Amino acid sequence: MARRPLQEINAGSMADIAFLLLIFFLVTTTMDQDIGILRQLPPPVPEDLETPPVKKRNVYEVLVNSRNQLLVEGERMDIADLKEGAKMFYTNPNKDPDLPILTRQTRGAVEENITLLQQALVKDPKNKQLETDLKKWKGKLSAIELIGEYDELPTSALISLQNDRGTKYAMYISVQNELSAAINELRNELAQDKFGVAYSELNPSVAEDKPKIKAIRAVYPQRISEAEPKDISGN
Amino acid sequence: MSKFTRKGKKGTPAVSTASLPDIIFMLLFFFMVVTVMRQDDPKVSISKPNATETEKLEKKSLVDYINVGTPIDTRFGTEPKIQLDDAFAEVVDIQFWIKENRDRRDEAEKPLITTSLKVDSDVKMGVVTDIKQELREAQALKINYSVNKGSALDNN
Repeated sequence: MARRPLQEINAGSMADIAFLLLIFFLVTTTMDQDIGILRQLPPPVPEDLETPPVKKRNVYEVLVNSRNQLLVEGERMDIADLKEGAKMFYTNPNKDPDLPILTRQTRGAVEENITLLQQALVKDPKNKQLETDLKKWKGKLSAIELIGEYDELPTSALISLQNDRGTKYAMYISVQNELSAAINELRNELAQDKFGVAYSELNPSVAEDKPKIKAIRAVYPQRISEAEPKDISGN
Repeated sequence: MSKFTRKGKKGTPAVSTASLPDIIFMLLFFFMVVTVMRQDDPKVSISKPNATETEKLEKKSLVDYINVGTPIDTRFGTEPKIQLDDAFAEVVDIQFWIKENRDRRDEAEKPLITTSLKVDSDVKMGVVTDIKQELREAQALKINYSVNKGSALDNN
């Protein structure tokens, strides 16, 4: 008997099976990319902790009341002006006596400080405070090497954001967003000026960009502090 | 002459569907790759506020969501409620929920866990502040305010 040629398997139903699976995955898929404003919360503070006194000129006070109105540095302000205000606080170009004094970081002074700290550390090698100080000054030195001498904000300078319990969430996000925008714009300008790329284009996972990001963050640190919650307006 | 005459009528040949499975498989694989299984059904309605200074959340598996908004089912009232995973919860439940989520993850991943707050635009800050205080107590300090891309000045 002659052998019949092998019959092919009918693959017509393959499409149906694949369709079934396809529809299952279509239904379960969520395509939405989650984007948002990232923030780091401060760790819980012990109740008896005393806060060190801070000069008034070093704090940029932003209050939002339950009617979603802004009070910035004691004056009513529109949300559209907040970004410019925060930029002024960070740079103080007109030497305004109500805004922080920026101090020039010169290479000589920074190097001197580093040698002083190193000598102190030799005498007292277990002092943790000296070690962190040394690290901080070395960071400043590498920033100077990358972008030249710069004006530094006082370490106590910060933007203090306080809101009422009745503030609308959308308003709160707007304020957070405008404050971030101010810092990001300053950082972008500096990066564009020194490295020819925007700060947002620098990639922290690239070894070459890492010191650049650090240097720019040293000049314009993100210091947005949220006060311990309390009722401002009492309602 | 007669060599080329057709014998009988012949309709248009059927379009070959042999490549159909391949096309479907291609789509199938695409969706299989991009799929993240839906974690929880929303029980509260949320319309997120707009913002421009946004960042993408890197690893979805390391993000826990806290939803706050008015319940979709009006039987639960019209006041904003907190939804953790699949159920309504109170502010006091958050610390325990954070601990449970932390225990689920590997030791190496624990510092990378982000808590994403999906909050409706109209919710008052009181609830959000309470949540944030609980998160601080639970040492879940990396948070994300979930927003849509858009001008923040349009929010009000």
